[in-house]
Amino acid sequence: MTEQGLLSLTGVCKSFPGCIANDNIDLDVAAGEIHALLGENGAGKSTLVKIIYGVLRPDQGNIRWQGKVTRIENPAQARSLGIGMVFQHFSLFEAMTTLENIALALPPEDPEALRARLEETASAYGLALQPDRHVYDLSMGERQRIEIVRCLLQNPQLLILDEPTSVLTPQETEILFETLRTLSQESRAILYISHKLEEVRALCDRATILRGGRRVDDCLPAQETTRSLAEKMIGKKIQQVSRQSPIDSGSSMLLAVSDLNVRSDLAHGVDLTDIRLEVRAGEVLGIAGIAGNGQIELMGALSGETGSPLAGSIRILGTDAIGLNPTARRSLGAVFVPEERIGHAAVADMTLVDNSYLTGDTRMKFSRRGLIDWPAVTRYTQNVVQDFDVRTTGVDALASSLSGGNLQKFIVGREILQEPSLLVVSQPTWGVDAGAAAAIHEEIQRLVSAGAAVLMISQDLDEIFLLSHRIAVISQGTLSAAMPIDEITPEDIGLLMGIRHEVQPEADHVTA
Amino acid sequence: MPDLIIASVMTMMTAATPLVFAATGELICERSGVLNLGVEGMMLIGAVFGFATAAVTGNAPLGLLMAGVAGLLASLIFATLTLSLLSNQVATGLALTIFGTGLSALVGFDYVGETIDQIAAIHLPVLSDLPVVGRLLFGHDPLVYLSLGLLAAVAWFLSRSRWGMILRAVGDSDVSAHAIGYPVVLIRYAAVAFGGMMAGLGGGYLSLVYTPLWAENMAAGRGWIALALVVFASWRPERVLFGAILFGSITILQLNAQAAGLGIPAAFMSMLPYIATIVVLVLISRDAIKIRLNAPACLGRPFRAER
Amino acid sequence: MLRLEPRSTQSFAAAWLSPVMALVLTAITGGVIFLAMGKDPSTALYIYFVEPLTTTSGLSEVAVKAGPLILIGIGLSFGFRAGVWNIGAEGQYIAGAIAGGGLAVYFHDSESTLLLPAMLVLGTLGGMTWAAVPALLKTRFNANEILVSLMLVYVAELLLVHLVQGPWRNPQGWGFPGTRMFPDVAIMPLLFAGKRAHLGTLITLAIPFIAWFILARTRFGFTVRVFGSAPLAARHAGVHSHRMIWRSLLIGGGFAGLAGVIEATGTIGQLMPDISPGYGFTAIIVAFLGRLHPAGVLLAGIAIAVTYIGGEGAQISAGLPKAVTGLFQGIILFYLLAFDLFTRYRIIVSSRTTE
Repeated sequence: MTEQGLLSLTGVCKSFPGCIANDNIDLDVAAGEIHALLGENGAGKSTLVKIIYGVLRPDQGNIRWQGKVTRIENPAQARSLGIGMVFQHFSLFEAMTTLENIALALPPEDPEALRARLEETASAYGLALQPDRHVYDLSMGERQRIEIVRCLLQNPQLLILDEPTSVLTPQETEILFETLRTLSQESRAILYISHKLEEVRALCDRATILRGGRRVDDCLPAQETTRSLAEKMIGKKIQQVSRQSPIDSGSSMLLAVSDLNVRSDLAHGVDLTDIRLEVRAGEVLGIAGIAGNGQIELMGALSGETGSPLAGSIRILGTDAIGLNPTARRSLGAVFVPEERIGHAAVADMTLVDNSYLTGDTRMKFSRRGLIDWPAVTRYTQNVVQDFDVRTTGVDALASSLSGGNLQKFIVGREILQEPSLLVVSQPTWGVDAGAAAAIHEEIQRLVSAGAAVLMISQDLDEIFLLSHRIAVISQGTLSAAMPIDEITPEDIGLLMGIRHEVQPEADHVTA
Repeated sequence: MPDLIIASVMTMMTAATPLVFAATGELICERSGVLNLGVEGMMLIGAVFGFATAAVTGNAPLGLLMAGVAGLLASLIFATLTLSLLSNQVATGLALTIFGTGLSALVGFDYVGETIDQIAAIHLPVLSDLPVVGRLLFGHDPLVYLSLGLLAAVAWFLSRSRWGMILRAVGDSDVSAHAIGYPVVLIRYAAVAFGGMMAGLGGGYLSLVYTPLWAENMAAGRGWIALALVVFASWRPERVLFGAILFGSITILQLNAQAAGLGIPAAFMSMLPYIATIVVLVLISRDAIKIRLNAPACLGRPFRAER
Repeated sequence: MLRLEPRSTQSFAAAWLSPVMALVLTAITGGVIFLAMGKDPSTALYIYFVEPLTTTSGLSEVAVKAGPLILIGIGLSFGFRAGVWNIGAEGQYIAGAIAGGGLAVYFHDSESTLLLPAMLVLGTLGGMTWAAVPALLKTRFNANEILVSLMLVYVAELLLVHLVQGPWRNPQGWGFPGTRMFPDVAIMPLLFAGKRAHLGTLITLAIPFIAWFILARTRFGFTVRVFGSAPLAARHAGVHSHRMIWRSLLIGGGFAGLAGVIEATGTIGQLMPDISPGYGFTAIIVAFLGRLHPAGVLLAGIAIAVTYIGGEGAQISAGLPKAVTGLFQGIILFYLLAFDLFTRYRIIVSSRTTE
C-alpha cells in the first residue's frame, strides 16, 4: 500500500430540505487501498460519494484530487479525472443493449473497436458480458458487471461502489471481491460503500465510519470485530439476538398457496411458476432472494392487487382467495405491507389520517352507510402514532413529511393495529435506521407470539435469520422448499438464490 | 383508369405529408421522454403564420420557413413550462392546443378567404414525364420529398448516430442519463423544439400547399391523429410512414366515395379518419405489455435534477 | 442563484393564489395584445372583464354561460383528479344534446310535462354513452382515452351536422341546418321575465355542492383522490382501476351530456350545428383553474363565463375577433400551470460558498 494521498476531502457539508446529509466530513483515500465507507441507511454515504462523482455539489468543503484542490462539476469531469462509479440503483438504460450502455458513458468511439475493448477488459477481470443483450433481460449481477466494465474501460484511478453486494448472491459477491482485489493490486483505489460489516472486514484495508451525516471514526477493519464495528456504526451497544426455533406443525394453516402461476404485468417483470408455500399460526415464513426475482409479483398475487393467476390456489384462513380483491382479502383477516412505502403503501401528499383510512376502512369499519366517519379514523391514527412511536408533527402531517423509518413504523403499525390473523410484509426494514428496524422487528414478533402468521419477503439475510421459523428462497420466479431455521445456513441460501427451483412433490414436507 | 389511380396516389401523398411532418417531430419529442399533446395547436400556429407570411410577402417558401419557426417558438412555451417549471405535461399540452387554436384564429382573422400562390409540384424534365412512374416518383411537390427526407434522417439519427443514442437514453432513464452526466433538460428542450418545428411545417403544408388557404381550425384533428400515429408506429420512425400513408389512403377513399355518390351520407364518410384512428389505437394497444416495452420509459414524467 | 426546493407540505395559500395571479397576469397580457392590435387596452379590458358584470342582463348571461362550464368542469374534475384524461367532453356534450333533443324532435307536438325531465335523463345517458366508448376501449384494449375521447368529438360534430341537415331538419326551415323549435313543454322555464337565465342554470349551480360532499365524505370520493396521486396505493386499497376509469368517464360524460341538453332546452330551443361555443374544451380550463375543487370550479366557471360574454361584447362594440377569448383561455392555463410550481416548490435564493 502506498502512502500517496489520491483523494482527500476536508470539511464537506451538504444539506437537503429538512436534513443535513453531510456535516463537515473529512476523508482520505490512498492509491491502491480498498477503503470502506461504513454506515447505516441515512448516514450520508451515498450523498458523499455523489459529491465525489460530481452528481451533487457540496455546500461547503474542499476536494483534493492527486494533491490539487479540484472542483468536480459533473460526472463527465469526474470520469476524465479518473474517478469511476458503480451506483447502487444502477445508472443503466433498460431498453438499450449492453454495448450501448457502455458507449454512452465513454467518449465517442467506433462501436467495433469498443466491442473489442469491452471483451478484452471483461475477460481480463473475469466479468462475463453479452454485448448485444438488452439490459432488461439481464440479471442484477450481470447489470452490475456492465457498470463495472463501463468504469474500467475508462482506466479509473478510483472506483466507487455503492452497496454493490445488495443485489448479489454470496457466491457472486466472492467473485466481485476477487475482481476488486485484482484492481487494488494494480494500485487503483476503491471506495467501498456498505453497511455490511462482515464484507468490510473481509475486503477492506481501511474504513471510515459515518453516522447521522458525521464522520465518527476511522479504523482498520481487520483489527476490529464485527461487533465493535457495529457499535461504532450504530453508536450504542447492541444485543445479541437468538434465532427462532421451528414451531410444531400442529397449529392451524392460515395461508396456503399451491401451484401458483402468475404472469407478470410489469414491463420487465418475472413470471411466477408453481409457487407452493404454507404459513401456520404463530410462525414467520421468511422468503429470501435477490430483488427482481418475482418478489413484487408474489406480493401482488397474495394481496390480490394484480390480476388473477393463470393457475393454482391461494387460501387465506382456509377460504379460497382467488379472484378476491385486497379489500375482500382483508375481511378474511389478512393485511399487507408492500415494499414501496411512498406511492404504494402510502400516498405521499395525503395526511396520516387519510393514509390510515386507505387500508383500514375494511377491518376497522370506518364507513357508515357509505359515509366516512373521519373522527373515528383520526382516533385510530392517534393510536397508531402513539403505540408505534411515530415521530410526527401530528396526525394531519403529510406522509411525505415523515422520515423513512417513521413512515415505515406508521405503515406497519397501521396494519398491525387492525389485529390481523395474517401479515404479508415485504422488505419491512429496507432503508430504515437501526432504531426503527428494531422496533418493527419487535412488533412483528409480538404479533406472531399472539398467534398470527407472518409471511416476510426480505433481501436482508440478517433479518430473515432473525425473525423466521422457516426459510424459503425465491429465484427467477420459483420458490424453493421451505426449510426449518436450524437446518439451513446463509451459504445454503446463497446457493439457492442462483438457481431455478423445480417443482417438488409435497414441497413443504421435504426438508433438505 | 390508370390516370385516376395515379391521381389518387398523388392526393394520398399530399394528405399523408402533414401527418408525416407532425408525427416525425412528435416521435423525436416522445423518444426523449416528453409527451407534447399540443401538436394540434402548433400545427395551427404554423399554418396561420406560414399563410400570413406568404400572403404578405408573396413568397410561399418563406411562409413555410415561418411556419416552422412559429411552431418551434410555440413549443418553447411548452418546454419552459414542463421542463423548467415542471408542470404536468398532459395539461400543458392541452393548454398549448387551446392557446394555438385561439392565437391562430386571431392572427388569421384578416386572412380568411385570401388566396396565395401555392408551392407547386416539381417537374423534372424527362423523369417526371416517364409513363406512370414519372409522376408517382418525380411529380410531387417539393415538401413531400422534404418530409420523407426528414423522416429518413430521423430514422438514421435514432438508430445510427451517437446523439440519437443519447436521446433514446434520456427517454429511457432520465435519472441514469443525469447520473452519467448528460444534460437531460437541455436535450429535452431540443427534442421538444424539433417537434414544434415539424408540427409547424406540417401546419404550413396544410395552408400553403394542401388547401391552400387559411380557415379557422383547419388542422381538423390532424395533430391528434399524428399523436395517435406515434403510438401506432410503436415509436419507430419507419412505421410512421406506413401509418401516414394508411391515413392518407383513408382520406382519399373517403373523398372518392363521396364523389362517386355511394349513397352514404357525406358526414359519415368524413368520420372515417377519426374512427380509423380509434380502430388503429385499439388494435395497436391491445397488448399492454408490448406498448410498455416500446414506449420510452420516462414518457410524460417530470424530471428535476438534484444538485 | 435561484434554486427550487420541494415543500414538505402543500401550500394552501399558493394553491388558491395561483389562479388569481393567473387571471391578473392574463388581463395584463391581454392589455399588451390589445395594444399590439391597435386598440385601447383599458377600454378593451373593461369590455372583456368588467362590463358583463355591470348590468342585470349581463349577469344573467354570465350565469347562462357559466352553467354548462361549471357542470362539465365538475364532471371533468373527478376524472382529472383520478388521472383519467377525458378531453372529449365537447363530444359528450353534443351527444347529450342529440340524445335529449332528439326526443323533442320526435315528440314535437307533445304537451306532456314529462317531456323535459325525460330529455334531461336521455341527454345525460347520451353523454354517458359517448364517454363509455373511451372507457370500454381503455379498460378492454388499453387504448389511450385522451385520443379516443377527442376523436369522438369530431364524430359527434359530424353526426350532429348530418342529423340537422338530413333526417331531423326542420321541414319549414327554408333549408337552413337545424331542427324544428322544441315544443313549449321541452323548454326550460325562465327564472326572470326577459332574462335568459333558466331553471337549468339553477340546477348547475347546485351540482358543486353535491360534488363537494361526495369528494369529502364518501369512500368513492376518497378513492378518486388516491387514484390520481398514487395509482398503486389505490390498488393497494382495493380500488379496481377499470372501475375507476369507467366511473370517471361516465361522470364526466354524464355531466357533459346533461349540460348539452340543458343548453338545447334552455338557451337555444332547438338543435343546430353550433350548439356549443367550445364549452367542452373550455371546461377543461375551468376545471384546472378551479384546482379540481368543486368550489373552485364554481368560481372559475363564472370567471371564464365573464370572458365569454366580454368576448361577444368586444366583437360587437370594439370589432375584436371572437378568437381573442380562446387565446385568453390558453394564456390563463399557461400562467396557472407556471404558478403551480409554487404550490409544490419554494424558490430559494442561495449563495454558494464552495471554496
